[in-house]
Amino acid sequence: MATVTLTEGRKTSALRRGARGSRRPRLVVLTFIGPALLGLIVFLGYPLVAAVYFSFTRFTLINPPEWVGLANWRYLFQDPLVGIAARNTLWLTAAMVPARIVGALLTAMLLNAMKRSRSAYRTLFYLPALAPPVTATIAFVLLLKPQTGPLDTMLRWLGIDGPRWFNDPAWAKPALVLLSLWAVGDLMIIFVAALLDVPVDLYEAASLDGANAWQKFRYVTLPTIRPVLVFATITGIIGCAQYFTQAAVAASVASNQVTGGGGVSGTFGYPQNSMLTYPMWLYTEGFRYNLFGYANVLALLLFAVSMSITVILIRRFKAFTRGES
Amino acid sequence: MNRALIFVAKHSIALALSAMFLAPVLFLALTSLMTSNQTFTSDLWPHSWHPENYAEVFSKTPLLKYLGNTAMYAGLATGAMLLSSVPAAYALAKLRWRGRNLMMTLIICMMMLPPQVTTVPVYMLWANGHLTGTLWPLILPMLLGDAFSIFLLRQFLVTIPDEYLDAARIDGCGEWRTLLKVVLPMARPGIAAAAMFQFFYAWNDYYGPLLYTNENADNWTISLALASFRTLHHVEWHLVSAATLITMVPVIVLFFFAQKAFVQGVTLTGVKG
Repeated sequence: MATVTLTEGRKTSALRRGARGSRRPRLVVLTFIGPALLGLIVFLGYPLVAAVYFSFTRFTLINPPEWVGLANWRYLFQDPLVGIAARNTLWLTAAMVPARIVGALLTAMLLNAMKRSRSAYRTLFYLPALAPPVTATIAFVLLLKPQTGPLDTMLRWLGIDGPRWFNDPAWAKPALVLLSLWAVGDLMIIFVAALLDVPVDLYEAASLDGANAWQKFRYVTLPTIRPVLVFATITGIIGCAQYFTQAAVAASVASNQVTGGGGVSGTFGYPQNSMLTYPMWLYTEGFRYNLFGYANVLALLLFAVSMSITVILIRRFKAFTRGES
Repeated sequence: MNRALIFVAKHSIALALSAMFLAPVLFLALTSLMTSNQTFTSDLWPHSWHPENYAEVFSKTPLLKYLGNTAMYAGLATGAMLLSSVPAAYALAKLRWRGRNLMMTLIICMMMLPPQVTTVPVYMLWANGHLTGTLWPLILPMLLGDAFSIFLLRQFLVTIPDEYLDAARIDGCGEWRTLLKVVLPMARPGIAAAAMFQFFYAWNDYYGPLLYTNENADNWTISLALASFRTLHHVEWHLVSAATLITMVPVIVLFFFAQKAFVQGVTLTGVKG
């Protein structure tokens, strides 16, 4: 019996060592990650190199790029709206990421605490996340329509004079946060699946130790779902850094009700630049003013900043080194 | 008594939340039954009911064909993603190799990359391959992995205890068999979640099909068709609402059945310990 254990032990350690060094496991790893690695080269490496090159050129997409040196990078300091757009995006990130994580976690815990009718509620909560973002935003803007919209009407029943939401610079961004909470179902599903993975006997052991509900949540639930929390934070930041569609559609629909005019890009930032996000400004510079070289400067800057924030987060929470076993 | 109170509290919260989540969908449903003129007023309840709007959606556009194109795009993209991304996520979560953290960082870089950066160079690649005008530029890359899915799957696979994998290896399983026989069944909720997100993303994707198939109406997806309800002067909200609800039906049905995979996570938890 003792010899068997010994050989097994040796076998495991040989396997571990092998995974690091010897030839066959390295080949195994390569077959596992090979396609993804190729994908990274073609769809990350190549476009990134191209973007850096374009950022030093005058490039209108019609004519071939023409080298202009640092001109695009210098223009950054004269650009009147880049600061406003960046601040709006930071505001939205700081509000949306925590709000969505807390909202998704609470609804997921409520669902998992229900015994019967759980799957029906789950479908109901998830439904808004299934609507195409464009139509979801339209429905939401009409729902929040000042004076005549259903929400304002209901608030009036309660004697509350509702805010003007998407038509008020102070309320437009909070309204976008509400919209993101309404479509929180996608994140909720991830938390539902993650919560199912928390071992039941850990809760039982905690109960035996006299832990209350909060302590069980703090010392059993949270540590177990930490990788998924990190995932939610990082993808949340990415989503906010690239936030575009909802803000563009909301501005377009809301402004139509007030001024009665303007296409989508004509209304970017409505009201008073409060919904002008950084990617919207990037899009305007590139695809509307045809300043594709400068748009690439903005894109690379966005990439660098969101990447740094993520790297700091990963270091801070040691996301890829600890919490793995 | 206490238990009954908790039961009532839970269900009232759940019902209130359902109402909040459902209100805009209900609003879409009501709009889809109005006349075009009424959609521009503030009245929420249809003055007269027009279920024929749904027939008009089908007669005004070849919606069935668009649904077929969308299903092909979403289905193939999801299959291709699973084929390439599950092994990659497994290697990142459970195998030890040099460069693993670097690859993880690169995958996050990939997700961070604003789409505006990659659009032009990547489009030029597909144009050189004469595949623009079709949905293949959106499907084929999935065979080379999808950063978001790899990241999501990896975060799930990490939570599987190593002891199960070691046991399989000691029993003589190679890495592929360990992945197929041990990891896949245990990671079912995570894999189902990743597959669903991929499918729904492709199903609702507007930017990708617009970029590659806008010129070729034969290969349009329903998102493009939804946008085509915009006429020069106004949007036909009643038809947009009807078409939106029609396009939501397949995903709702799929979601309802895919939930089984999540529920199986419960039985799984009992085994784990």
